[in-house]
Amino acid sequence: MTASWPRDPLPWAAAALLALVWGMPHLKPLFAAAFPALDRPLYEQDSFAALLWAHVWIVAASSAAAAVVGVAAGLFVTRPAGAEFRPLVETVVAIGQTVPPVAVLAIAVPLIGFGEVPALIALALYGLLPIVRGTIAGIESVPAAVSEAAAGLGMNAWQRLWRAELPLAAPVILAGVRTSVIINIGTAAIASTVGAKTLGSPIIVGLSGFNTAYVLQGAIVVGLLAVVVDLVFERAGRSFDRRRETA
Amino acid sequence: MIELQAVGKSYGAVRAVDEVSLTIERGEFVVLIGASGSGKTTLLKMINRLVEHDQGRILFMGDEIRSFKPEDLRRRMGYAIQSTGLFPHWTVARNVATVPALLRWPAARIETRVDELLTLLGLAPAEYRARYPHELSGGQQQRIGVARALAADPEVLLMDEPFGALDRITRLSLQHEMARIHRASGKTIVLVTHDIEEALGLATRIVLLDRGRIVQAGTPAQLLGRPASAFVSDFMGRDDLGLKLLGLQTVAARVRAGEHVGGTPVSAALTLREVLAEFVARHVDRLPVEDANGRPLGAIHFADLLEPAP
Repeated sequence: MTASWPRDPLPWAAAALLALVWGMPHLKPLFAAAFPALDRPLYEQDSFAALLWAHVWIVAASSAAAAVVGVAAGLFVTRPAGAEFRPLVETVVAIGQTVPPVAVLAIAVPLIGFGEVPALIALALYGLLPIVRGTIAGIESVPAAVSEAAAGLGMNAWQRLWRAELPLAAPVILAGVRTSVIINIGTAAIASTVGAKTLGSPIIVGLSGFNTAYVLQGAIVVGLLAVVVDLVFERAGRSFDRRRETA
Repeated sequence: MIELQAVGKSYGAVRAVDEVSLTIERGEFVVLIGASGSGKTTLLKMINRLVEHDQGRILFMGDEIRSFKPEDLRRRMGYAIQSTGLFPHWTVARNVATVPALLRWPAARIETRVDELLTLLGLAPAEYRARYPHELSGGQQQRIGVARALAADPEVLLMDEPFGALDRITRLSLQHEMARIHRASGKTIVLVTHDIEEALGLATRIVLLDRGRIVQAGTPAQLLGRPASAFVSDFMGRDDLGLKLLGLQTVAARVRAGEHVGGTPVSAALTLREVLAEFVARHVDRLPVEDANGRPLGAIHFADLLEPAP
Protein backbone atom coordinates (compact mmCIF):
# COMPACT_ATOMS: atom_id res chain seq x y z
CA MET A 1 0.00 0.00 0.00
CA THR A 2 1.08 3.59 0.29
CA ALA A 3 2.91 3.49 3.64
CA SER A 4 5.46 0.78 4.45
CA TRP A 5 4.12 -0.95 7.48
CA PRO A 6 6.48 0.39 10.19
CA ARG A 7 5.13 3.85 9.37
CA ASP A 8 1.54 2.72 8.84
CA PRO A 9 -0.42 3.63 11.99
CA LEU A 10 -3.10 0.96 11.53
CA PRO A 11 -1.16 -2.18 12.66
CA TRP A 12 0.30 -0.27 15.60
CA ALA A 13 -3.06 1.02 16.75
CA ALA A 14 -4.66 -2.42 16.34
CA ALA A 15 -1.81 -4.09 18.26
CA ALA A 16 -2.08 -1.51 21.05
CA LEU A 17 -5.83 -2.14 21.33
CA LEU A 18 -5.47 -5.93 21.53
CA ALA A 19 -2.51 -5.74 23.92
CA LEU A 20 -4.42 -3.41 26.23
CA VAL A 21 -7.57 -5.53 26.18
CA TRP A 22 -5.83 -8.82 26.93
CA GLY A 23 -3.08 -7.29 29.08
CA MET A 24 -5.39 -5.23 31.32
CA PRO A 25 -5.10 -7.64 34.35
CA HIS A 26 -1.32 -7.17 34.27
CA LEU A 27 -1.77 -3.43 34.63
CA LYS A 28 -3.46 -3.87 38.02
CA PRO A 29 -0.30 -2.87 40.01
CA LEU A 30 0.03 0.22 37.86
CA PHE A 31 -3.55 1.35 38.54
CA ALA A 32 -3.10 0.43 42.25
CA ALA A 33 -0.07 2.70 42.43
CA ALA A 34 -1.79 5.53 40.54
CA PHE A 35 -5.00 5.36 42.59
CA PRO A 36 -3.90 4.25 46.13
CA ALA A 37 -7.23 5.37 47.62
CA LEU A 38 -9.24 2.79 45.64
CA ASP A 39 -9.98 -0.69 47.08
CA ARG A 40 -10.45 -2.18 43.63
CA PRO A 41 -8.30 -0.34 41.09
CA LEU A 42 -9.17 -2.71 38.17
CA TYR A 43 -12.59 -3.39 36.63
CA GLU A 44 -12.99 -7.16 36.95
CA GLN A 45 -16.76 -7.84 36.62
CA ASP A 46 -16.23 -8.77 32.98
CA SER A 47 -13.11 -9.40 30.95
CA PHE A 48 -12.22 -6.51 28.68
CA ALA A 49 -12.07 -8.96 25.77
CA ALA A 50 -15.74 -9.85 26.34
CA LEU A 51 -16.66 -6.16 26.64
CA LEU A 52 -14.77 -5.31 23.45
CA TRP A 53 -16.52 -8.14 21.60
CA ALA A 54 -19.95 -7.04 22.87
CA HIS A 55 -19.17 -3.42 21.96
CA VAL A 56 -18.00 -4.26 18.44
CA TRP A 57 -21.01 -6.51 17.89
CA ILE A 58 -23.57 -3.90 18.96
CA VAL A 59 -21.88 -1.20 16.84
CA ALA A 60 -21.58 -3.50 13.81
CA ALA A 61 -25.20 -4.66 14.00
CA SER A 62 -26.65 -1.18 14.51
CA SER A 63 -24.40 0.43 11.88
CA ALA A 64 -25.18 -2.29 9.31
CA ALA A 65 -28.90 -1.70 9.82
CA ALA A 66 -28.37 2.07 9.61
CA ALA A 67 -26.29 1.72 6.44
CA VAL A 68 -28.88 -0.44 4.66
CA VAL A 69 -31.82 1.79 5.60
CA GLY A 70 -29.88 5.06 5.24
CA VAL A 71 -28.44 4.32 1.79
CA ALA A 72 -31.82 3.04 0.59
CA ALA A 73 -33.57 6.21 1.87
CA GLY A 74 -30.89 8.44 0.33
CA LEU A 75 -31.18 6.69 -3.03
CA PHE A 76 -34.97 6.76 -2.90
CA VAL A 77 -35.22 10.54 -2.45
CA THR A 78 -32.69 11.17 -5.25
CA ARG A 79 -34.83 9.16 -7.76
CA PRO A 80 -37.50 11.05 -9.70
CA ALA A 81 -40.18 8.92 -7.99
CA GLY A 82 -38.94 9.78 -4.47
CA ALA A 83 -38.08 13.42 -5.07
CA GLU A 84 -41.29 14.56 -3.34
CA PHE A 85 -40.18 12.93 -0.09
CA ARG A 86 -36.83 14.61 -0.07
CA PRO A 87 -37.76 17.72 1.97
CA LEU A 88 -39.46 15.46 4.53
CA VAL A 89 -36.45 13.13 4.84
CA GLU A 90 -34.04 16.05 5.00
CA THR A 91 -36.07 17.70 7.76
CA VAL A 92 -36.15 14.50 9.78
CA VAL A 93 -32.40 14.19 9.27
CA ALA A 94 -31.82 17.75 10.41
CA ILE A 95 -34.01 17.36 13.50
CA GLY A 96 -32.39 14.03 14.31
CA GLN A 97 -28.94 15.60 14.22
CA THR A 98 -29.88 18.07 16.93
CA VAL A 99 -31.02 15.42 19.44
CA PRO A 100 -28.10 14.21 21.57
CA PRO A 101 -27.57 10.42 21.65
CA VAL A 102 -28.27 10.26 25.38
CA ALA A 103 -31.72 11.68 24.68
CA VAL A 104 -32.33 9.03 22.02
CA LEU A 105 -31.51 6.35 24.61
CA ALA A 106 -33.66 8.05 27.21
CA ILE A 107 -36.61 8.03 24.82
CA ALA A 108 -35.97 4.42 23.78
CA VAL A 109 -36.09 2.93 27.30
CA PRO A 110 -39.66 3.84 28.26
CA LEU A 111 -40.81 2.62 24.84
CA ILE A 112 -38.85 -0.62 24.60
CA GLY A 113 -37.45 -1.28 28.08
CA PHE A 114 -33.91 -2.00 29.27
CA GLY A 115 -31.38 -4.27 27.57
CA GLU A 116 -29.58 -4.65 24.32
CA VAL A 117 -32.58 -4.17 22.01
CA PRO A 118 -33.28 -0.52 22.92
CA ALA A 119 -29.56 0.19 22.62
CA LEU A 120 -29.44 -1.37 19.18
CA ILE A 121 -32.49 0.57 18.00
CA ALA A 122 -31.26 3.86 19.42
CA LEU A 123 -27.84 3.40 17.86
CA ALA A 124 -29.28 2.45 14.47
CA LEU A 125 -31.59 5.49 14.47
CA TYR A 126 -28.84 7.82 15.51
CA GLY A 127 -26.44 6.37 12.96
CA LEU A 128 -28.97 6.79 10.15
CA LEU A 129 -28.54 10.50 9.79
CA PRO A 130 -24.96 10.92 8.52
CA ILE A 131 -25.54 8.02 6.12
CA VAL A 132 -28.68 9.52 4.55
CA ARG A 133 -26.87 12.84 4.20
CA GLY A 134 -23.77 11.20 2.74
CA THR A 135 -25.84 9.26 0.22
CA ILE A 136 -27.73 12.35 -0.98
CA ALA A 137 -24.51 14.38 -1.17
CA GLY A 138 -22.77 11.51 -2.96
CA ILE A 139 -25.44 11.12 -5.62
CA GLU A 140 -25.49 14.90 -6.10
CA SER A 141 -21.71 14.93 -6.56
CA VAL A 142 -22.03 12.79 -9.70
CA PRO A 143 -21.28 15.16 -12.61
CA ALA A 144 -24.42 16.04 -14.61
CA ALA A 145 -22.59 15.22 -17.85
CA VAL A 146 -21.95 11.66 -16.62
CA SER A 147 -25.64 11.11 -15.80
CA GLU A 148 -26.66 12.63 -19.13
CA ALA A 149 -24.21 10.46 -21.06
CA ALA A 150 -25.36 7.36 -19.18
CA ALA A 151 -28.97 8.06 -20.12
CA GLY A 152 -28.13 9.18 -23.66
CA LEU A 153 -26.15 6.01 -24.37
CA GLY A 154 -29.12 3.87 -23.44
CA MET A 155 -28.65 2.76 -19.83
CA ASN A 156 -31.93 2.12 -18.02
CA ALA A 157 -32.56 3.62 -14.59
CA TRP A 158 -31.11 0.60 -12.77
CA GLN A 159 -27.98 0.50 -14.94
CA ARG A 160 -27.43 4.23 -14.49
CA LEU A 161 -27.60 3.83 -10.73
CA TRP A 162 -25.54 0.67 -10.49
CA ARG A 163 -22.87 1.36 -13.11
CA ALA A 164 -22.44 5.12 -12.96
CA GLU A 165 -24.01 6.90 -10.00
CA LEU A 166 -23.36 4.50 -7.15
CA PRO A 167 -19.66 3.84 -7.91
CA LEU A 168 -19.04 7.58 -8.26
CA ALA A 169 -21.00 8.42 -5.11
CA ALA A 170 -19.36 5.62 -3.12
CA PRO A 171 -16.52 7.68 -1.53
CA VAL A 172 -18.97 10.26 -0.19
CA ILE A 173 -21.39 7.56 0.99
CA LEU A 174 -18.48 5.77 2.66
CA ALA A 175 -17.53 9.01 4.44
CA GLY A 176 -21.08 9.19 5.79
CA VAL A 177 -20.90 5.59 7.01
CA ARG A 178 -17.53 6.32 8.61
CA THR A 179 -18.93 9.29 10.56
CA SER A 180 -21.91 7.20 11.59
CA VAL A 181 -19.81 4.26 12.83
CA ILE A 182 -17.40 6.48 14.77
CA ILE A 183 -20.30 8.29 16.45
CA ASN A 184 -21.86 4.92 17.26
CA ILE A 185 -18.68 3.63 18.89
CA GLY A 186 -18.85 6.55 21.31
CA THR A 187 -22.62 6.35 21.73
CA ALA A 188 -22.53 2.58 22.36
CA ALA A 189 -20.48 3.32 25.50
CA ILE A 190 -23.40 5.36 26.82
CA ALA A 191 -25.72 2.49 25.88
CA SER A 192 -24.55 0.58 28.95
CA THR A 193 -26.73 2.99 30.98
CA VAL A 194 -29.76 1.19 29.53
CA GLY A 195 -28.42 -2.23 30.39
CA ALA A 196 -26.38 -3.25 27.35
CA LYS A 197 -22.99 -4.64 28.21
CA THR A 198 -20.35 -2.61 26.36
CA LEU A 199 -17.00 -0.95 26.92
CA GLY A 200 -19.08 1.80 28.51
CA SER A 201 -19.87 -0.44 31.49
CA PRO A 202 -16.61 0.31 33.36
CA ILE A 203 -17.13 4.00 32.63
CA ILE A 204 -20.70 4.05 33.97
CA VAL A 205 -19.87 1.90 37.00
CA GLY A 206 -16.79 4.04 37.65
CA LEU A 207 -18.71 7.29 37.39
CA SER A 208 -21.45 6.18 39.78
CA GLY A 209 -18.94 4.70 42.27
CA PHE A 210 -16.36 7.51 42.09
CA ASN A 211 -13.85 5.01 40.67
CA THR A 212 -11.65 7.07 38.31
CA ALA A 213 -9.54 4.02 37.43
CA TYR A 214 -12.60 2.22 35.95
CA VAL A 215 -13.53 5.30 33.92
CA LEU A 216 -10.00 5.56 32.59
CA GLN A 217 -9.82 1.87 31.64
CA GLY A 218 -13.11 1.97 29.72
CA ALA A 219 -12.39 5.31 28.06
CA ILE A 220 -8.92 4.40 26.80
CA VAL A 221 -10.16 1.16 25.22
CA VAL A 222 -13.17 2.88 23.58
CA GLY A 223 -10.89 5.64 22.30
CA LEU A 224 -8.42 3.16 20.83
CA LEU A 225 -11.24 1.19 19.21
CA ALA A 226 -12.49 4.39 17.55
CA VAL A 227 -8.99 5.17 16.28
CA VAL A 228 -8.54 1.66 14.84
CA VAL A 229 -11.92 1.64 13.09
CA ASP A 230 -11.36 5.14 11.72
CA LEU A 231 -8.01 4.05 10.26
CA VAL A 232 -9.69 1.05 8.63
CA PHE A 233 -12.25 3.35 6.98
CA GLU A 234 -9.51 5.71 5.88
CA ARG A 235 -7.77 2.78 4.21
CA ALA A 236 -10.97 1.71 2.46
CA GLY A 237 -11.64 5.27 1.30
CA ARG A 238 -8.17 5.60 -0.15
CA SER A 239 -8.62 2.57 -2.36
CA PHE A 240 -11.67 4.34 -3.88
CA ASP A 241 -9.83 7.61 -4.40
CA ARG A 242 -6.91 6.18 -6.32
CA ARG A 243 -8.58 6.32 -9.71
CA ARG A 244 -11.03 9.11 -9.05
CA GLU A 245 -9.16 12.39 -9.46
CA THR A 246 -10.87 14.19 -12.33
CA ALA A 247 -8.73 16.10 -14.76
CA MET B 1 -34.32 8.05 -41.56
CA ILE B 2 -35.54 10.68 -39.09
CA GLU B 3 -38.65 12.71 -39.73
CA LEU B 4 -39.81 15.60 -37.56
CA GLN B 5 -43.38 16.66 -38.24
CA ALA B 6 -44.45 19.99 -36.70
CA VAL B 7 -42.59 19.12 -33.53
CA GLY B 8 -42.81 21.34 -30.46
CA LYS B 9 -41.69 21.49 -26.84
CA SER B 10 -42.75 23.98 -24.17
CA TYR B 11 -41.24 24.72 -20.78
CA GLY B 12 -44.08 26.49 -19.00
CA ALA B 13 -44.98 29.46 -21.19
CA VAL B 14 -41.72 29.30 -23.15
CA ARG B 15 -41.82 27.51 -26.47
CA ALA B 16 -38.29 26.09 -26.72
CA VAL B 17 -39.06 24.36 -30.03
CA ASP B 18 -41.98 25.50 -32.14
CA GLU B 19 -43.53 23.67 -35.12
CA VAL B 20 -40.27 22.31 -36.48
CA SER B 21 -40.54 20.06 -39.54
CA LEU B 22 -37.42 18.44 -40.92
CA THR B 23 -36.60 15.23 -42.75
CA ILE B 24 -33.13 13.81 -42.30
CA GLU B 25 -32.11 11.30 -44.97
CA ARG B 26 -29.73 8.40 -44.52
CA GLY B 27 -26.09 9.51 -44.87
CA GLU B 28 -26.74 13.22 -44.33
CA PHE B 29 -24.54 15.32 -42.08
CA VAL B 30 -27.05 17.78 -40.65
CA VAL B 31 -25.77 20.64 -38.52
CA LEU B 32 -28.27 22.42 -36.27
CA ILE B 33 -26.97 25.90 -35.66
CA GLY B 34 -28.26 28.93 -33.79
CA ALA B 35 -27.52 31.28 -30.93
CA SER B 36 -27.91 30.01 -27.36
CA GLY B 37 -31.59 29.63 -26.53
CA SER B 38 -32.48 28.94 -30.15
CA GLY B 39 -33.70 25.46 -29.25
CA LYS B 40 -31.02 23.54 -31.14
CA THR B 41 -29.93 21.34 -28.21
CA THR B 42 -33.55 20.72 -27.17
CA LEU B 43 -34.31 19.65 -30.74
CA LEU B 44 -31.36 17.23 -30.74
CA LYS B 45 -32.34 15.71 -27.40
CA MET B 46 -35.88 15.19 -28.60
CA ILE B 47 -34.57 12.80 -31.25
CA ASN B 48 -33.28 10.32 -28.61
CA ARG B 49 -36.03 11.14 -26.11
CA LEU B 50 -33.80 12.77 -23.50
CA VAL B 51 -36.41 15.49 -23.95
CA GLU B 52 -39.94 14.35 -24.80
CA HIS B 53 -41.71 16.33 -27.51
CA ASP B 54 -45.18 17.57 -26.54
CA GLN B 55 -46.35 18.44 -30.05
CA GLY B 56 -46.14 16.83 -33.45
CA ARG B 57 -44.52 13.53 -34.34
CA ILE B 58 -40.95 12.30 -34.61
CA LEU B 59 -40.41 9.22 -36.77
CA PHE B 60 -37.32 7.02 -36.71
CA MET B 61 -37.17 4.49 -39.57
CA GLY B 62 -40.83 5.25 -40.14
CA ASP B 63 -42.07 4.63 -36.59
CA GLU B 64 -43.01 7.23 -33.96
CA ILE B 65 -40.09 7.27 -31.48
CA ARG B 66 -42.52 6.81 -28.58
CA SER B 67 -43.18 3.31 -29.87
CA PHE B 68 -39.57 2.36 -29.00
CA LYS B 69 -38.30 1.73 -25.48
CA PRO B 70 -36.11 4.80 -24.76
CA GLU B 71 -33.10 2.55 -24.00
CA ASP B 72 -33.47 0.61 -27.26
CA LEU B 73 -33.86 3.81 -29.27
CA ARG B 74 -30.78 5.38 -27.66
CA ARG B 75 -28.62 2.31 -28.20
CA ARG B 76 -29.32 2.65 -31.91
CA MET B 77 -28.24 6.32 -31.85
CA GLY B 78 -24.72 7.25 -30.82
CA TYR B 79 -24.54 10.21 -28.44
CA ALA B 80 -21.59 12.52 -27.79
CA ILE B 81 -21.68 15.73 -25.74
CA GLN B 82 -19.44 18.72 -25.16
CA SER B 83 -18.27 17.82 -21.66
CA THR B 84 -17.78 14.20 -22.87
CA GLY B 85 -19.49 12.63 -19.82
CA LEU B 86 -16.87 9.89 -19.82
CA PHE B 87 -17.23 7.58 -16.82
CA PRO B 88 -14.27 8.63 -14.65
CA HIS B 89 -14.12 5.29 -12.82
CA TRP B 90 -13.84 3.24 -16.02
CA THR B 91 -10.83 2.74 -18.26
CA VAL B 92 -10.82 4.06 -21.81
CA ALA B 93 -11.60 0.55 -23.10
CA ARG B 94 -14.57 0.10 -20.80
CA ASN B 95 -15.88 3.58 -21.63
CA VAL B 96 -15.75 2.86 -25.35
CA ALA B 97 -17.42 -0.51 -24.72
CA THR B 98 -20.38 1.02 -22.86
CA VAL B 99 -23.08 0.37 -25.46
CA PRO B 100 -21.71 -2.98 -26.77
CA ALA B 101 -21.68 -4.14 -23.13
CA LEU B 102 -25.29 -3.01 -22.70
CA LEU B 103 -26.13 -4.97 -25.84
CA ARG B 104 -24.30 -8.00 -24.38
CA TRP B 105 -21.82 -8.49 -27.18
CA PRO B 106 -19.36 -11.34 -26.55
CA ALA B 107 -16.14 -10.17 -24.88
CA ALA B 108 -13.90 -10.98 -27.83
CA ARG B 109 -16.07 -8.97 -30.22
CA ILE B 110 -16.08 -6.01 -27.81
CA GLU B 111 -12.31 -6.11 -27.52
CA THR B 112 -11.83 -6.13 -31.30
CA ARG B 113 -14.31 -3.29 -31.70
CA VAL B 114 -12.64 -1.14 -29.02
CA ASP B 115 -9.23 -1.49 -30.69
CA GLU B 116 -10.76 -0.74 -34.06
CA LEU B 117 -12.37 2.47 -32.77
CA LEU B 118 -9.30 3.69 -30.89
CA THR B 119 -7.32 3.22 -34.10
CA LEU B 120 -10.02 5.03 -36.11
CA LEU B 121 -9.79 8.02 -33.75
CA GLY B 122 -6.01 8.05 -33.90
CA LEU B 123 -5.24 6.66 -30.43
CA ALA B 124 -2.89 3.65 -30.26
CA PRO B 125 -4.95 0.90 -28.53
CA ALA B 126 -2.00 -0.63 -26.67
CA GLU B 127 -1.17 2.74 -25.16
CA TYR B 128 -4.63 4.06 -24.32
CA ARG B 129 -6.87 1.05 -23.62
CA ALA B 130 -6.03 0.80 -19.91
CA ARG B 131 -5.87 4.52 -19.12
CA TYR B 132 -8.44 6.46 -17.12
CA PRO B 133 -10.15 9.57 -18.53
CA HIS B 134 -8.36 11.95 -16.15
CA GLU B 135 -5.05 10.82 -17.62
CA LEU B 136 -6.01 12.15 -21.06
CA SER B 137 -5.97 15.64 -22.60
CA GLY B 138 -9.25 17.36 -23.45
CA GLY B 139 -8.91 16.48 -27.12
CA GLN B 140 -8.17 12.83 -26.34
CA GLN B 141 -11.16 12.67 -23.98
CA GLN B 142 -13.39 13.97 -26.76
CA ARG B 143 -11.95 11.39 -29.16
CA ILE B 144 -12.93 8.71 -26.64
CA GLY B 145 -16.37 10.33 -26.37
CA VAL B 146 -16.78 10.03 -30.15
CA ALA B 147 -15.43 6.45 -30.16
CA ARG B 148 -17.93 5.54 -27.42
CA ALA B 149 -20.77 7.05 -29.45
CA LEU B 150 -19.73 5.01 -32.50
CA ALA B 151 -19.06 1.77 -30.60
CA ALA B 152 -22.17 -0.25 -31.39
CA ASP B 153 -22.20 0.96 -34.99
CA PRO B 154 -25.36 3.05 -34.49
CA GLU B 155 -27.52 4.06 -37.43
CA VAL B 156 -27.49 7.69 -36.31
CA LEU B 157 -24.93 9.77 -34.47
CA LEU B 158 -26.17 12.67 -32.33
CA MET B 159 -23.55 15.19 -31.24
CA ASP B 160 -24.17 18.15 -28.93
CA GLU B 161 -21.44 20.77 -29.44
CA PRO B 162 -18.84 18.00 -29.25
CA PHE B 163 -15.83 20.21 -29.99
CA GLY B 164 -17.00 23.41 -28.28
CA ALA B 165 -14.65 23.20 -25.31
CA LEU B 166 -11.48 22.43 -27.27
CA ASP B 167 -8.70 24.75 -28.42
CA ARG B 168 -8.68 25.73 -32.10
CA ILE B 169 -5.99 23.32 -33.29
CA THR B 170 -7.55 20.31 -31.53
CA ARG B 171 -10.99 21.33 -32.73
CA LEU B 172 -9.88 21.56 -36.36
CA SER B 173 -8.20 18.18 -36.20
CA LEU B 174 -11.30 16.54 -34.68
CA GLN B 175 -13.57 18.21 -37.25
CA HIS B 176 -11.29 16.79 -39.90
CA GLU B 177 -11.64 13.31 -38.32
CA MET B 178 -15.42 13.66 -38.21
CA ALA B 179 -15.57 14.60 -41.89
CA ARG B 180 -13.39 11.58 -42.69
CA ILE B 181 -15.51 9.24 -40.55
CA HIS B 182 -18.67 10.55 -42.19
CA ARG B 183 -17.26 10.03 -45.68
CA ALA B 184 -15.96 6.57 -44.84
CA SER B 185 -18.99 5.23 -42.94
CA GLY B 186 -21.84 7.08 -44.61
CA LYS B 187 -23.47 7.45 -41.21
CA THR B 188 -26.32 9.82 -40.60
CA ILE B 189 -24.98 12.52 -38.28
CA VAL B 190 -26.87 15.31 -36.52
CA LEU B 191 -24.56 17.83 -34.87
CA VAL B 192 -25.40 20.90 -32.81
CA THR B 193 -23.04 23.87 -32.81
CA HIS B 194 -22.97 27.65 -32.59
CA ASP B 195 -19.75 27.81 -34.61
CA ILE B 196 -20.50 28.84 -38.19
CA GLU B 197 -17.09 27.69 -39.49
CA GLU B 198 -17.71 24.24 -38.01
CA ALA B 199 -21.12 24.10 -39.70
CA LEU B 200 -19.72 25.18 -43.09
CA GLY B 201 -16.86 22.70 -42.86
CA LEU B 202 -18.88 19.64 -41.88
CA ALA B 203 -22.49 19.94 -42.96
CA THR B 204 -24.13 18.53 -46.02
CA ARG B 205 -27.12 20.52 -44.78
CA ILE B 206 -27.29 23.40 -42.32
CA VAL B 207 -30.45 24.04 -40.31
CA LEU B 208 -30.43 27.55 -38.84
CA LEU B 209 -32.70 27.96 -35.83
CA ASP B 210 -33.91 31.06 -34.03
CA ARG B 211 -36.29 31.12 -31.07
CA GLY B 212 -37.32 27.52 -31.59
CA ARG B 213 -38.13 27.82 -35.28
CA ILE B 214 -36.24 26.92 -38.44
CA VAL B 215 -35.16 30.11 -40.19
CA GLN B 216 -33.55 28.42 -43.16
CA ALA B 217 -32.34 24.93 -44.04
CA GLY B 218 -30.11 24.12 -46.97
CA THR B 219 -26.61 23.34 -48.17
CA PRO B 220 -23.81 25.59 -46.93
CA ALA B 221 -23.66 27.20 -50.39
CA GLN B 222 -27.40 27.93 -50.29
CA LEU B 223 -27.26 29.58 -46.88
CA LEU B 224 -24.29 31.69 -47.92
CA GLY B 225 -25.38 32.45 -51.48
CA ARG B 226 -29.15 32.72 -51.12
CA PRO B 227 -29.92 33.72 -47.53
CA ALA B 228 -33.67 33.74 -46.85
CA SER B 229 -33.54 36.84 -44.68
CA ALA B 230 -31.28 39.51 -43.23
CA PHE B 231 -31.08 37.39 -40.06
CA VAL B 232 -29.53 34.54 -42.03
CA SER B 233 -26.91 36.69 -43.74
CA ASP B 234 -26.09 38.36 -40.42
CA PHE B 235 -25.71 35.02 -38.73
CA MET B 236 -23.63 33.56 -41.53
CA GLY B 237 -21.35 36.59 -41.36
CA ARG B 238 -22.07 39.25 -43.97
CA ASP B 239 -18.61 40.83 -43.96
CA ASP B 240 -16.59 37.80 -45.08
CA LEU B 241 -19.28 36.07 -47.10
CA GLY B 242 -17.02 35.83 -50.16
CA LEU B 243 -14.27 34.16 -48.17
CA LYS B 244 -16.71 31.64 -46.70
CA LEU B 245 -17.98 30.80 -50.19
CA LEU B 246 -14.38 30.20 -51.28
CA GLY B 247 -13.96 27.98 -48.21
CA LEU B 248 -16.62 25.58 -49.52
CA GLN B 249 -14.66 24.51 -52.60
CA THR B 250 -11.25 22.97 -53.10
CA VAL B 251 -8.53 23.77 -55.59
CA ALA B 252 -9.30 20.48 -57.33
CA ALA B 253 -12.53 21.98 -58.73
CA ARG B 254 -10.74 24.86 -60.53
CA VAL B 255 -7.38 23.40 -61.51
CA ARG B 256 -6.18 23.94 -65.13
CA ALA B 257 -4.96 20.47 -65.93
CA GLY B 258 -1.55 20.04 -67.48
CA GLU B 259 -0.47 23.70 -67.28
CA HIS B 260 3.08 24.25 -66.06
CA VAL B 261 3.95 27.04 -63.66
CA GLY B 262 7.13 27.46 -61.60
CA GLY B 263 7.29 27.66 -57.78
CA THR B 264 6.36 25.49 -54.81
CA PRO B 265 3.17 23.57 -55.66
CA VAL B 266 0.00 23.77 -53.53
CA SER B 267 -2.15 20.72 -52.71
CA ALA B 268 -5.34 20.19 -54.66
CA ALA B 269 -7.08 19.46 -51.33
CA LEU B 270 -6.68 23.08 -50.13
CA THR B 271 -9.84 25.17 -50.11
CA LEU B 272 -10.02 28.12 -52.48
CA ARG B 273 -9.93 30.32 -49.39
CA GLU B 274 -6.59 28.84 -48.36
CA VAL B 275 -5.17 29.19 -51.85
CA LEU B 276 -6.27 32.83 -51.91
CA ALA B 277 -4.10 33.34 -48.84
CA GLU B 278 -1.23 31.66 -50.72
CA PHE B 279 -1.61 34.03 -53.71
CA VAL B 280 -1.52 37.07 -51.46
CA ALA B 281 1.34 35.84 -49.28
CA ARG B 282 3.52 34.89 -52.29
CA HIS B 283 2.64 37.95 -54.42
CA VAL B 284 1.89 35.81 -57.49
CA ASP B 285 -1.20 35.33 -59.68
CA ARG B 286 -0.68 31.70 -60.68
CA LEU B 287 0.39 28.66 -58.67
CA PRO B 288 1.31 25.05 -59.57
CA VAL B 289 -1.02 22.37 -58.12
CA GLU B 290 -0.11 18.83 -57.05
CA ASP B 291 -2.22 15.92 -55.77
CA ALA B 292 -1.99 14.26 -52.34
CA ASN B 293 0.91 12.08 -53.53
CA GLY B 294 2.94 15.06 -54.80
CA ARG B 295 2.28 14.42 -58.51
CA PRO B 296 1.84 17.66 -60.53
CA LEU B 297 -1.77 18.20 -61.65
CA GLY B 298 -1.59 21.59 -63.35
CA ALA B 299 -2.01 25.17 -62.22
CA ILE B 300 -4.52 27.62 -60.83
CA HIS B 301 -4.76 31.30 -61.72
CA PHE B 302 -5.81 34.09 -59.37
CA ALA B 303 -8.71 34.91 -61.70
CA ASP B 304 -9.97 31.30 -61.40
CA LEU B 305 -11.13 32.12 -57.88
CA LEU B 306 -13.87 34.26 -59.38
CA GLU B 307 -15.34 31.73 -61.77
CA PRO B 308 -14.65 28.21 -62.96
CA ALA B 309 -11.86 27.83 -65.53
CA PRO B 310 -13.11 27.38 -69.11
